[in-house]
Amino acid sequence: MMELGPLILSRIQFAFVVSFHIIFPSFTIGLAAWLTVLEAMSLATGQPVYRRLFDFWLKVFALAFAMGVVSGIVMAFQFGTNWSALSERTGAIQGPLLGYEAFTAFLLEASFFGIMLFGRERTPRWFYFFSCAMVALGTMASSYWIMCNNSWMQVPLGYSVVEGKIVPEDWKAILLGPVQLIRWPHMLLGAFLTTSLCVAAAGAWNRLRGEAWEESHVMLDWGLGLAAVLIPAQILLGHLAGEIVHKYQPAKFAAIEARWHDEQPASEVLIGWPDARKAENLYAITVPDLGSFIATGTWDSREVGVQSFPAKDRPPVVVPFFAFRIMFGLGVAILALSWTGLVLRTLGGLEQARWFLWLTFVSFPAGFIAVIAGWFTAEVGRQPWVVYGLLRTRDAVTPSLSTPEATTSLIAFILVYALIYGFGVVYFYRLFRDGLTKRMRAASGYDFHAERPL
Amino acid sequence: MNAVDMNQAAPSFLALFWAGVIAFSILAYVVLDGLDLGVGILFGATRDPDLRGEMMGLIAPFWDGAETWLVVVGASLFAAFPSVYAIFLPAFYLPVLLLLIGLIFRGVAFEFRGRGGPSWLWSGGFWIGSALAAFVQGAAVGAMILGVQVKNGQFAGGPFDWLRPLPILTGIGLMFGYALLGAGWMILKSPTPLRDWAYERAPFLAIGMTLFLLLASLLTVIQAHDVMTRLIQRPWADAFVLVGLAALSGVLRAIAARRDALPFAFTALFFLAAFGFLAAAFWPYMIPYSVTVANAAAPEKSLSFLFWGAGIVVLPVVLIYSIVIHALFRGKLRVAGH
Ligand code: HDD
Ligand code: HEM
Ligand code: HEM
Repeated sequence: MMELGPLILSRIQFAFVVSFHIIFPSFTIGLAAWLTVLEAMSLATGQPVYRRLFDFWLKVFALAFAMGVVSGIVMAFQFGTNWSALSERTGAIQGPLLGYEAFTAFLLEASFFGIMLFGRERTPRWFYFFSCAMVALGTMASSYWIMCNNSWMQVPLGYSVVEGKIVPEDWKAILLGPVQLIRWPHMLLGAFLTTSLCVAAAGAWNRLRGEAWEESHVMLDWGLGLAAVLIPAQILLGHLAGEIVHKYQPAKFAAIEARWHDEQPASEVLIGWPDARKAENLYAITVPDLGSFIATGTWDSREVGVQSFPAKDRPPVVVPFFAFRIMFGLGVAILALSWTGLVLRTLGGLEQARWFLWLTFVSFPAGFIAVIAGWFTAEVGRQPWVVYGLLRTRDAVTPSLSTPEATTSLIAFILVYALIYGFGVVYFYRLFRDGLTKRMRAASGYDFHAERPL
Repeated sequence: MNAVDMNQAAPSFLALFWAGVIAFSILAYVVLDGLDLGVGILFGATRDPDLRGEMMGLIAPFWDGAETWLVVVGASLFAAFPSVYAIFLPAFYLPVLLLLIGLIFRGVAFEFRGRGGPSWLWSGGFWIGSALAAFVQGAAVGAMILGVQVKNGQFAGGPFDWLRPLPILTGIGLMFGYALLGAGWMILKSPTPLRDWAYERAPFLAIGMTLFLLLASLLTVIQAHDVMTRLIQRPWADAFVLVGLAALSGVLRAIAARRDALPFAFTALFFLAAFGFLAAAFWPYMIPYSVTVANAAAPEKSLSFLFWGAGIVVLPVVLIYSIVIHALFRGKLRVAGH
């Protein structure tokens, strides 16, 4: 057992604040695009339903964005406060990447965002639409830089070491490396899927309660339709991400597979309980030879096990093992859900199939959980390195940090986040519950006669 | 290279460029978010729901953009001067924590207030958060004047080095200063009784700010010999003092004459002068008194990568449309719900 020092406290703190942060970007990246689509549809067709949907989702977006921004500011300072040795050694590479993130956020998000929220009456329609598109573009660009940085930490490329500092050698390799080109789209699609499921779930919920028929029809169509199109691509990208891990981070790959010893041909552990002390899996269900196939596409490749790495280079196994299976399982579940929706829509019974509406409704967290599980796979599997193969996590922590300081900040963040996010959940719930109801729409002066029955 | 040579090495063009960007961003942050924080502080000085509602409305469209300047400061430091970033943040670990918590409460208040639930919590969080953020920023300035302990490129002091008499004075001084900016903003933007409310309080805020700055200067003369010797060698720094004094009397006269646009403008000028004075006192150090602009700069490859994209494309665009945004919302703001 590790002692509770600044290192482990900082790791817990980082994992805690970033896990809360990612909830909001994975929602708002998709929401910004969704709002742009709604505004475009409204401009193109002139149908009032799109404007009503826009006004409702804008409120959701405002709430999510505010929480994303405040938790993001915390992230921007974490690297310096808790990982100052990392910042100093790799700042020449990580600094510019995160710098670009901030500049892009600034350029496209923060200010056009103000227009989106407050500027409808003060700007021409085309400019308002343009602002929505800019916010959407900005969120995506932000995610590019963040993923660039994290991909570099996963698989450092294009660097050299000068006087103990890790400095850039080839920016092209850093910006457009093979790892980044797969992980960024995987993350982006993760965000779009998350939002699609929330949109579909909002539609299902309103429909189940007999509210907002026209709106829920649009939301079910777009939400399930988009998920159905994106999920195959996402699974393919996930597969490619797995190949990357296999190639560049064999120890992580072994941990994800809970493969303790070298095997040829390698079996696949579907599920079980990895026991690190005994270096074996308890209660495991195993398929022979499948492990080789998943890793290389052949049935008899030799696959390396965790025990083949020196003890000081071994990642934890339990977290990557389960986190990966949760993500994978949810990927398959989203596939099943969205395609069933497609079939039902084609047959014409989607809105009558209450069981399916219920299923869609309760699936709203699936995207969030998959995203967080994916990150836990990637980040815990990378241990004990903070920059893979270059800098160990234990050498990255701030040297002057004391245990009382780290404890204070961890407890403070937990308390503050519990309060803020606790109320945030309540407010989101109310917004979704009341946002599209007849009473609410009547109160905001919508013209019901403009609404035609379906 | 020994320490003296290091400190005398001339910074490269790109290092100077980024130091300039950071200085500009700090200044932009101080004025733009300073007024938001100031309005937040003054929010705590009234219980009238109409005034409170209008105060929030006067800064709602701007606070997010203003706060992003802080992220730009952090990110540019990390990008262009990683060793400064790696020393500064650990040295101010607890104040940074307080700042973040203050900004969190300040930020969510805009969204959470008026959604039902404990509105006292979000109102209280809003003004206490704003006051806290202002205080620790001011305290950091005082602590920098006293100097930061560094060993082997990392912070080597204790967790409470920043909480000494001088930083406490500068912290309180900045709370008054931001509140004055906030009052100036209300005078500038509000067409309602809030404007008169702010006019009544502004002179006290100006006097409070001046008082604490005087006390802080006195302590600086006694305690911070490094700063004083450098200032004596740089008599031109006194120009900033003169501008500051002129701005201060401008603030007071504009309040007396009820010229709506001027109190804010003169307060901003005062901040500009104070900032210039501090820059003159610290130069060439970024972390007083060990790390200079030249020896903290990232390698040229990093600086130029940043320069060709962020420096000459993003920054000018940001500037232009920051101006556009403020022009869009120019003049008196009628706040809905009021
Ligand atoms: C730009 C870099 C970056 C990005 C985009 C992320 N992380 Fe990360 N993460 C780090 C940079 C990092 C780090 C600073 O490098 C940490 C701190 C300690 C460590 O080993 O890596 C880390 C640790 C870390 C840990 C703890 C691992 C351990 O100590 O065992 C978890 C669970 C996560 N992160 C989760 C996430 C999630 C949910 C993210 C989604 C937003 C995420 N990370 C994005
Ligand atoms: C650990 C690394 C991270 C840091 C340092 C970080 C930093 C930040 C900061 C400072 C903000 C606020 C910017 C503003 O003022 O608008 C922010 C918001 C945001 N971040 Fe992160 N972030 C991290 C992880 C991520 C990841 C992994 C993603 C997505 C792939 C992401 C996407 C976004 C987006 C889209 C926003 C805009 C606000 C929102 O949509 O909620 N961030 N982040
Ligand atoms: C079903 C098939 C899927 C497979 C085979 C798969 C595979 C992977 C792998 C191997 C990683 C680790 C990459 C690394 O360590 O660098 C990963 C990460 C991740 N996955 Fe998946 N994934 C799948 C589905 C999903 C779904 C449905 C989502 C979200 C809706 C998702 C979101 C993420 C995220 C956010 C990460 C972390 C970022 C990254 O490392 O790229 N994945 N995935």
